[in-house]
Amino acid sequence: MNLETIVKELGLEVKCASENLKNDVTGGYTGDLLSDVMANSHEGNIWITRQVHQNIVAVASLKDHAGIILINSCEPTQDTLAKASQEKIPIMVSNLHAFELTGKIYNLLEKKD
Amino acid sequence: MPVQETNHISYQRSFYIEGGNFNYAGIVSTSIKSILKQMDFPSNVVRKCSIVCYESEINVVSYARKGVVNLTINSNTIQIEVIDEGPGIPNIDLAMQEGYSTATQKIREMGFGAGMGLHNIESYSDAFIISSELGKGTRLLMTINIKQ
Ligand SMILES: Nc1ncnc2c1ncn2[C@@H]1O[C@H](COP(=O)(O)OP(=O)(O)OP(=O)(O)O)[C@@H](O)[C@H]1O
Ligand SMILES: [Mg+2]
Repeated sequence: MNLETIVKELGLEVKCASENLKNDVTGGYTGDLLSDVMANSHEGNIWITRQVHQNIVAVASLKDHAGIILINSCEPTQDTLAKASQEKIPIMVSNLHAFELTGKIYNLLEKKD
Repeated sequence: MPVQETNHISYQRSFYIEGGNFNYAGIVSTSIKSILKQMDFPSNVVRKCSIVCYESEINVVSYARKGVVNLTINSNTIQIEVIDEGPGIPNIDLAMQEGYSTATQKIREMGFGAGMGLHNIESYSDAFIISSELGKGTRLLMTINIKQ
């Protein structure tokens, strides 16, 4: 399944790198501790977090994440958006909280894979 | 005719890290990752190098004044050495424990300070050496085997 489908199904707001929504999603990881995400997430994952600081872009780029979804309508900072556009990492925003969003994405991925 | 070289690859490059500046935190690790990818190392080797490099880079930014990363590629191993000038670590055994952290509130707000970095560096390295001198700085040496 690619990001575009997830964006459509869940009504996510795409903040940057919309040219990369064809990225294939291999699974997901939910977390706000960068060391945890660094160690335990995988290539192609969609990362669900409430962190909005630009450091999330380096983590997503190093781990080859498909994209980042910010929960609770959190707004990424300008620095974050600039860096993510440069690194071609799509950042999306959802109004759901982490539990609900994670569950919905999990179900989507289970259904279609 | 030149003498036929053996399959021995060697590459050395150094990178500088500025302490306290989170705007560029991760930039050295990102450069090293793209160098390794360009050299076509297996993805699990690149993954391990990225993790250990990132965690040590963030620690220099978080706790030290400045640091240098020396990347050395030999035929069998990739070595990442990180040397910083900073306060040093008073109790290395304690610092290595998962969950131990002296990160400030400001650092924690950005998602750091879980006390997992050093532990992850150790578990993702094939060999790991850490030494530190109080008031001087800290040195980490991580070795990743190319054939996993
Ligand atoms: N280069 C360093 N110089 C001085 N102290 C350090 C250095 N690296 C680590 N420390 C000390 O060791 C502690 C543990 O480091 P570690 O990387 O494991 O966790 P953390 O940085 O606190 O959190 P995390 O890495 O999970 O974001 C730090 O909180 C700090 O007190
Ligand atoms: Mg750390």
